[in-house]
Amino acid sequence: MIVQDQERHNVAGASLRAWDEIHDLAAHANLLIELVHRDLTVRYKRSIFGFLWTLLHPLLLMAIFTVVFSHLFRRETPHYETYFLSAYIAWNFFSQTVTNAMASVAWNGPLMKRVRVPRSIFTLSSIVSGLVNLVLSMLALLVIMLIVRAPLFPSLLFVPISLLIVGIFTLGVSLTLTALSVFFADVREMVQAGLPALLYMTPVIYPVSIVPASFRWIVDWNPLTYLIEIVRAPIYDGHLPDPRTTIAALAISLISLLSGWLIFRRLAPSFEGRL
Amino acid sequence: MNAIELKGVSVRYRAEKVRSLKELVVRGLRPNRPFFYSLRSVTLAIANGESVGIIGSNGAGKSTLLRVAAGIIQPSEGVAIGRGSIVPLMELGTGFEAELSGRENILFNGALLGRTRAQMRAQMDAIIEFSGIEPFVDAPIRTYSTGMIARLAFSIATAVDAETILLDEILAVGDAAFRERCDERIRTFVREGRTVVLVSHDTDAVLTLCRRTLWLSHGEIAGDGRSEDVIREYETHRTDAG
Repeated sequence: MIVQDQERHNVAGASLRAWDEIHDLAAHANLLIELVHRDLTVRYKRSIFGFLWTLLHPLLLMAIFTVVFSHLFRRETPHYETYFLSAYIAWNFFSQTVTNAMASVAWNGPLMKRVRVPRSIFTLSSIVSGLVNLVLSMLALLVIMLIVRAPLFPSLLFVPISLLIVGIFTLGVSLTLTALSVFFADVREMVQAGLPALLYMTPVIYPVSIVPASFRWIVDWNPLTYLIEIVRAPIYDGHLPDPRTTIAALAISLISLLSGWLIFRRLAPSFEGRL
Repeated sequence: MNAIELKGVSVRYRAEKVRSLKELVVRGLRPNRPFFYSLRSVTLAIANGESVGIIGSNGAGKSTLLRVAAGIIQPSEGVAIGRGSIVPLMELGTGFEAELSGRENILFNGALLGRTRAQMRAQMDAIIEFSGIEPFVDAPIRTYSTGMIARLAFSIATAVDAETILLDEILAVGDAAFRERCDERIRTFVREGRTVVLVSHDTDAVLTLCRRTLWLSHGEIAGDGRSEDVIREYETHRTDAG
């Protein structure tokens, strides 16, 4: 890739060192802002509700799931809507962002052929756009909690840290999947098919207590269980997540980011000719 | 000082690409597929303030050469060095977002070229004025004609303060009046001591705008020198071959 040093030379042919890569991304911060701005505005430019759809979509789903499941799980989970939404919003961020990130690299393929930009910037912009939506959705949840008079706990202040950890995890997964999807179109289809399955393997809709012991290992080995838990505990349970869960979630995120970055870095130079 | 230096640059692709897991399973175990060379051991230097035309038939590697020079793609072999700020103006319509207005696209395009909003805002009026899209500047780009997009793209690329500008077949689209203004702007660029590299099939345009011409054939340099000489040679060769 290209090194842009202090003397403003573009040298293609030398492999990019980690530090230069971060430097290169920082130099394109302005483009990142434009990309996020484009992501957030273009999508709804021709619709009447516009940006509100970002909120309406999870709200509609919430209504459906709450009506369908709240009776079923009433005994285990009072305030089911809070129980469900606190986890579902985080889940939705993860699944939407991963999907968008893959689409974004495919979409912007022609762009990458014509201007020199760091290739990971499109993945990064998907994450940032996703985070903006995530924060807005969380605010919407807060409003819902006030309306249904769900208890509000001081532990809510921990939520930004949880969201950051989920964001790091999602960035790692997105980097891996976007890099792979450039080479194999099948990856996108596999992810599309796999995400709903993963949703049901994670305690988002149902409480963990109803999982039969023989299936418990699926939930225990699912990394998303821990990431969802650190978001839900401070919102719904009213206490900080168990330190072991937090450490597990943090470790999973960092491993995800490191491996995603290494895979992306390894594959990105060969994107040319496949986009 | 050289604006662009290529040393033994080759760009190659695998002739056959694996596109799906099924293909990977079926073909993956076979021995290596042959390489296709888009550029083969190209060494050249373009000095600051030079105006260079690049000619050659389709698939000769002209656009690949520009992309390597712009740092958009990495050579498979060799080293490419570009000094200072280089603005590539590649095929039409890229870097434009159909749903955004002309004005918003100027900002977006500027960001792609590494410019800030403030820098672009300062140039906004000049860009709009030069492109002649004034009445439509707040309408979405999807309503623009090809010629309008070409004019806007050229106006943006030449308005940002670049030391080197790379133009790929961009002049073919606009009408005669706009082309004249483009030519004039390119000449101004050269007079100001900036570097211009122009890929074109239009040898007359190359002849009038560029003192030096490179002729690419099958990814290799077939001729390099004064435009008159190289173009004459290229045309003789073409007539002989055809």
